[in-house]
Amino acid sequence: MEQNSNGIMVLAEVRGGAIHPVTREMVAWGRKLAGQFSRPVTCVIIGIDPDDPEDLIRYGADRVLSVNPGFTGNSPATPTAGLFVDVIREERPAIVIAPATTSGRTLMPIAAARLNTGLTADCTDLAIDPKDGLLLQTRPAIGGNVMATIKTPNTLPQMATVRPRSIRPLQPDSARRGQVLVKTYEMPDSWPEQLLSFIRDERKEINLEEAEIVVTGGKGMKTKENFALLEDLAAALGAGLGATRAAVEAGWAPFTRQVGLTGKTVAPKVYIAAGVSGKIQHLAGMITSETIIAVNEDPEAQMVKVADLAVIGDAPAVVEKLTKALIHLKNKRKGGA
Amino acid sequence: MNVIVFIKQVPGTTNVRMDPATGAMLRDPSDTVLNPLDEHAITEAAKIKDGQPGTVVTALTMGPPSAVKALQEACARGADQGVLLSHKAFAGSDTIATSRALAAAVRKLGPVDLILAGEKSIDGETGQVGPMTAAMLELPAVTFVRRLNLEGGRIRVQRLVEDGVEELAVTLPALVTVVRDINNPPLPSLRRYVMAKKMTFPVWGPEELGLKETDTGLKASPTRVVKVFSPKFARSTAIFRADGEAGLDASVQAVIDLLRTKEILKKGGA
Repeated sequence: MEQNSNGIMVLAEVRGGAIHPVTREMVAWGRKLAGQFSRPVTCVIIGIDPDDPEDLIRYGADRVLSVNPGFTGNSPATPTAGLFVDVIREERPAIVIAPATTSGRTLMPIAAARLNTGLTADCTDLAIDPKDGLLLQTRPAIGGNVMATIKTPNTLPQMATVRPRSIRPLQPDSARRGQVLVKTYEMPDSWPEQLLSFIRDERKEINLEEAEIVVTGGKGMKTKENFALLEDLAAALGAGLGATRAAVEAGWAPFTRQVGLTGKTVAPKVYIAAGVSGKIQHLAGMITSETIIAVNEDPEAQMVKVADLAVIGDAPAVVEKLTKALIHLKNKRKGGA
Repeated sequence: MNVIVFIKQVPGTTNVRMDPATGAMLRDPSDTVLNPLDEHAITEAAKIKDGQPGTVVTALTMGPPSAVKALQEACARGADQGVLLSHKAFAGSDTIATSRALAAAVRKLGPVDLILAGEKSIDGETGQVGPMTAAMLELPAVTFVRRLNLEGGRIRVQRLVEDGVEELAVTLPALVTVVRDINNPPLPSLRRYVMAKKMTFPVWGPEELGLKETDTGLKASPTRVVKVFSPKFARSTAIFRADGEAGLDASVQAVIDLLRTKEILKKGGA
């Protein structure tokens, strides 16, 4: 698998029979890695017949490969991974990336094991080493206290799952042209898993990952009662409410609210971190936020350093005061306007 | 039934250091725990055993000799026996090399019906070893499982995915990774702890697994840590001190002004 393998393959995220927008982020990563090397970026879609495959070309792909499009949308891992391995073997890419979603985190390790090559999980940054052309795969390590850069020096392809929201999609370019191809591989008659049903989560609460503004609390909120003050702040702002791992472990918030490497990744317009020290494990889940506001007692806290605006002071007191001011403004607007 | 549970001994705190030269993790050997998600995997195995008398639950781990502690903990929580994969040749294993050793150990243990594992460990946080080992054993990998019921030679599972819950029927043998929703691990009784503390476990190296030393450890690992660093994410920060009533007011006003600039709040007004 040496000479003619220089392409970059990107696995499309398929959910509910359609291509999920995180795929555009993966294509943006592919484009970035292709960079100066004019390597082709191929986006592979497994098992569905996409409505608009050209969308991915407008967002930066050179080729869109639809693999066994009629097969099934929400397919079990065994046959999907089988097709994934087939297409990698035929295409011989140098690099394969996929989003670090439940699907990517299942299919990629199966494929890497079958191809006997390396895989790095949950990367937050990818680059090409100018010295040897190898993929530099960077991820938070050991509980998120440091970053590690990993290489796959001797085997191909070099594989990585990448955190959603670690890059922004490119601006779509309607003038971009590329190839849309269909590939069909032979499949076994049966496999061990059968999908019986899918129950969509219909909860109405603000989806953290899609919120325009996110308010997150950490151990600096000091007590569970203080942590509850953040609910009022989030309500006043129409924000999603997040929590650090420490706050979740303290029982102040459920795991579904956790932001960070082990939890959700967010990239809102404004991220307010109240009493959050800013361990790398947490930063990995929010560092691409457009604007970061930190409230912390400790001026040396990592979160203060990464913030655009930092308030040095007692987090619960500042949160309470800010909430009151926002409610006051809202009432005034209602009364005055 | 033969049930194998993959477990891992992990640092008790998240304040582990890394050797900046080699990228190896520097652990305080006295401060370790059983990986929290593995407690859920063991608990699920114990539940299966309750409903299926004659089931044998084997805890399997790779690690330093001190990982015996994790096996004892697993036995206190319901495993019948344990096996430790430990040898200097295993040092520096990445997820592929670790999976290769685990797959060899599963083969040596004989026909298996179900392998359970935590979805990921809290130290490495890759979640790769389960599905990789399943692929090497040519078993289906059923990940992110929040419910598991045995139905004859099949299991019925619920997988927790981003936008909902998938229900699957899976023919055994299979490997299942579990999330914390699956059960509430009870605290084992003192009696079980005392019993588990007396247990000893076979220790297997490459030879017992039929692997060459070059098939294990750093040499057999396709990935290499090439750099370890503290990231620089710093932005230029406007700092406000919420000292006293005036400082607090000025700070809150600065936040509100920024929210207006970002059009989170409507412009104008007070």
